[in-house]
Parts: sequence; C-alpha cells; structure tokens
Amino acid sequence: MEKRAIFQGRLLPFALVAPQLAVTLVFFYWPASQAVWQSFLQEDAFGLSSEFVGFANYRDLFAKADYYRTIGTTAFFSALVTALSLSIALFLAVQADRQLKGGTAYRTLLIWPYAVAPAVAGVLWFFMFQPSLGLVSQGLRGLGFTWNPLLDSTDAMALVVMAATWKQVSYNFLFFLAGLQAIPKSVIEAAAIDGARPVRRFWTIVFPLLSPTTFYLFVVNVVYVFFDTFGIIDATTAGGPAKATETLVYKVYSDGRVGGDLGGSAAQSVILMVIVIALTAVQFRFIERKVQY
Amino acid sequence: MVEHRPFGTALAHLTLLIGIAILAFPVYLAFVASTWDAATIANGKMPLTPGPLFLENYWRTLFVGTSGTTRQPVGGMLFNSFVMAMTIAIGKIVISLTSAFAVVYFRFPFRMTIFWLIFVTLMLPVEVRIYPTYKIVADLNMLDTYAGLTIPLIASATATLLFRQFFMTVPDELVEASKIDGAGPMKFFRDTLVPLSVTSVAAMFVIQFIYGWNQYLWPLLITTRDDMQTIVIGIKKMIVTQDALTEWQLAMATAVLAMLPPVLVVIVMQKLFVRGLVETEK
Repeated sequence: MEKRAIFQGRLLPFALVAPQLAVTLVFFYWPASQAVWQSFLQEDAFGLSSEFVGFANYRDLFAKADYYRTIGTTAFFSALVTALSLSIALFLAVQADRQLKGGTAYRTLLIWPYAVAPAVAGVLWFFMFQPSLGLVSQGLRGLGFTWNPLLDSTDAMALVVMAATWKQVSYNFLFFLAGLQAIPKSVIEAAAIDGARPVRRFWTIVFPLLSPTTFYLFVVNVVYVFFDTFGIIDATTAGGPAKATETLVYKVYSDGRVGGDLGGSAAQSVILMVIVIALTAVQFRFIERKVQY
Repeated sequence: MVEHRPFGTALAHLTLLIGIAILAFPVYLAFVASTWDAATIANGKMPLTPGPLFLENYWRTLFVGTSGTTRQPVGGMLFNSFVMAMTIAIGKIVISLTSAFAVVYFRFPFRMTIFWLIFVTLMLPVEVRIYPTYKIVADLNMLDTYAGLTIPLIASATATLLFRQFFMTVPDELVEASKIDGAGPMKFFRDTLVPLSVTSVAAMFVIQFIYGWNQYLWPLLITTRDDMQTIVIGIKKMIVTQDALTEWQLAMATAVLAMLPPVLVVIVMQKLFVRGLVETEK
C-alpha cells in the first residue's frame, strides 16, 4: 500500500529516520552481528586472546548431553505453559463472551496480571510455595505431600509452570475475547436454530473461526516462554535444582556469566535467534494466508 | 445470548469469579504478608486477614531499607524504575513517530531497506544478544547510567509499525489541504498528524511503560551500583533462598509496590491499552 499524496524532500526524510536507525544499528545490528562473529571464536582461559575456531563452539554444544537436556526442559516447559495458559484463557474468554452483566468489570479483573513483571510473579508464587512457611506448602504437607521446590526438580518445574501460566493467562484471554467478539452472532444463531447445542456449536463453528487467533497466540506464547520467563526462573529457582528448570535463555545467561564461556554462550544465542526468526516467519506466512478470506 | 439459559449464565458468572479469585489470590497473600511482622510469617502461622503493621512496614520498605543497613530503601528504586519506564516509552514514541512519518510520507532512496532494517528488530528480543549488547554499552561507558538502562531497549520496531499502520489510514486530502495552505512537511506533522495520533500514542505509551517497568535481565546486567537498581531487580535480591534471613513482610511490601504502578496504568487506561495491544500485535 502506498500513499498518493507525499512530500518532496531529500534530506528531511533521512533526518527523520536517523534517530531510530542510529539506535537500531548501534544497539541491535552491531551486537547481533557480534554474537554471530563471537560464536566462531574461542577465548583462552584468561580472556586475553581469541582464536577463530569455525563451528567448534556449535559442535561442542551438540556434543554435550547438557545441551540436549536444556532443549528438553525448554520444550517441556513451553509446551506445558502454552497448553495451560491457552486453554484456561479460552475457557474464561468463552464465559466472558456471553453478554453478562458487568462484562467490563470481569475483563478488568482478568487482564491486570499482564502488567505484573515476570520476576514479581515468580516472587509471589515462591512465597506461596516456600517450603517452610509458604501457605500452600503447609497445606500440601497437611495432606501428606512433601513439597520442596528448592530440592525436588519436579516441584521446581511445577512452580515455574504455575507462575508462568498465571502471568500469561490474561494476555491470551484478551486476544481470545477480541477474537470471539469478532465472530458474527448471526452464524451462531443460525446453528442454534438448526438445533446445535452450545458445546457442538463451539467445536464446529466457534473454535475453527478462532483458529487464526489461536495460532497467533501459540507462536507468541512460545516466544514468551522462551524469553520473558527468564525473570520468573531467576527469581524462583535460578535454574535449579540440578539445572532442572534451566531453559535455553537461562543457559545463555549462566554460561556467559558464571561459566565465562562467551563463545559457547554466543553460539547458543545464534541458535535462539534462528529459532525465533523461524517462528516469526511461520507466523507471518500463516497469518497472510488466513487473511485472504 | 442466542437462547435463554439462566443456569448457563449463572455458571458463567461463577467460573469467572473463580478465575478472578485464583488470579488475585497470590497478590492478596502478598498484601496480607506485608502488614504483619517477620516472626508471624516465619513461623508459618500468618492469618489470612491484614495485620496491624501496614504503615510501619511500607514506611520501612520505602525510606529506611531492610535490616537497617544491608539493603537499599525501595524509594530510590521506584524512582529509577519510573525514569526507566518513562524514558523507554517516550523515547520509542518520539523516534517511531518521526521514522514512520518519513517512511509513509516521503519517497527517498533506500526507503524500503530502512523500513525492513527497522522491521526485523521486532523478531529478536534483547535476551538473545545480551552479552554483545552489554559489551557495547560497557565500551560506550554507559554502565550504571540511565542512558545505558534505556537506549538499547528503545531499539525495537513495535511502535514504528503501529504508527505506520495508523498513518496509512489518514486520508490523503489532509496532506493536500495542508499543502494548499502552504504548510511544509514538518508543519503538517506537528499540526495535523501528531494531534490525530493522540489515541495511538497513548495506547503505545501504556504498553511501552509496562514493558520498560518490567525489564529484568537487562538492568540486572548493566547496573552494578545499588543506587541504580530498579525495583524489579531489588525485590529479587531481598529473597535469600537458603535461610530464614528473608524479611518476608518487607519483600512482599516491595512486591506490592513494584506491581502497583503498571497495574494501575493498565486498569485506568484499559480501553487504550487493549486497543493498542490488539492492533500492534495482529
């Protein structure tokens, strides 16, 4: 799409884009290219010199069981958080989409967790599940379950999944509600007249019409779990116990900072970049195709 | 409603109320904890209703600091978070308005190249290039400065994309009328385009303010001095995982203070926020 009415000017447009272009080049393209370049280098133990090693960092990465475990953890974590937050949000959105009294109030009361910082969400959930004084841990102990996210890897994973889901439900809810409200009521009424019951109407009409929203949210949620959950993980389990909650982004951080392995960390960054670009590309292609009808 | 079902409606109200209660529960618990003394929480017998120490705990959290000397008071961190969120929001809006204006209303060499260069930044969050970005900020002597805290995060295209889409819907007649009146491009931008964009700008402000306020990894890396810390970082540092030294009542007061500004912004500006979010991201 192009504008018909435009202004003349040679230098002015460049001056107008200059600030954004400068910031983007200095703080986006330069570091991104540095990351790619660094992933082909290996620094010596003192960080004094570095040597070009080709794909050695990548080979090292894929030679270690460590990395596969982190991939597995990330995949499991993403799948669980995405599935839970999407289904809970869809369920709530369907309820809120009925023309209820106080609809706006419900929406307000359901969307605010979007504004809570992931790290704060992590701290809130950690407080409830803190092994000795947490309210929920005590309840669990009362029921005969031992619970300790600081020692038990399953408990730790459960904790980060809950906090991450809690934080994401509101975002998904908002989009599902917008999607549901865009579906023409006449279509649903027609099905109702034909005698289709609400559950059947939902699965045969509403859900398919929501599929672009669902697909969009699916991609956004995966990206959310990959990156934004860093704060949740760092504030609750710090990747532990025994790296049970270490995701790919967390590993980039801890290998670079604690391990001092900048080459390996950079190689991991590059792999992550490829994953996000692929996800985004898939999303655009899919949405473009969907938009046509 | 398609058909009248009083039972279904009641059930919908009930499920929504349960959903709201579950979402609110962790925050309620944090608030209750922030009004009791350390011992009551530490022995695990915290009541489910607010205690007597509301004013004292919040006063200590904001102005005194925890454990007397070991932790900074949160007041300064709140200020840093506020500066960070405002700078990121305003910075992004300003550079995005001008660059979107240039891309939509001018024809110049490399226009599409520049647009794509900006557009690609949408895909990669700062986390994937965290160390190289850190190094560049360090080389530029911007560690522990507000500039270092904010400028690298301004480099993303969400706002540019939204404004570009909005400008596309502005009728061409306005430009022509403006030209007939003898107005130059900057006058059109200032007197016509920006006033028309007020709602989009406000929506973007809400989203970017929250984005800036909630940053974690970036400030964690580039701030080393206590007085440059943001509140989202500060709260994590109050929680000592291994032992009973955590002053939970103050940590929870900090958590409540850390989420109050962004949550208020979302609730007060709800309409704009929802519009901005759904429009930019789809």
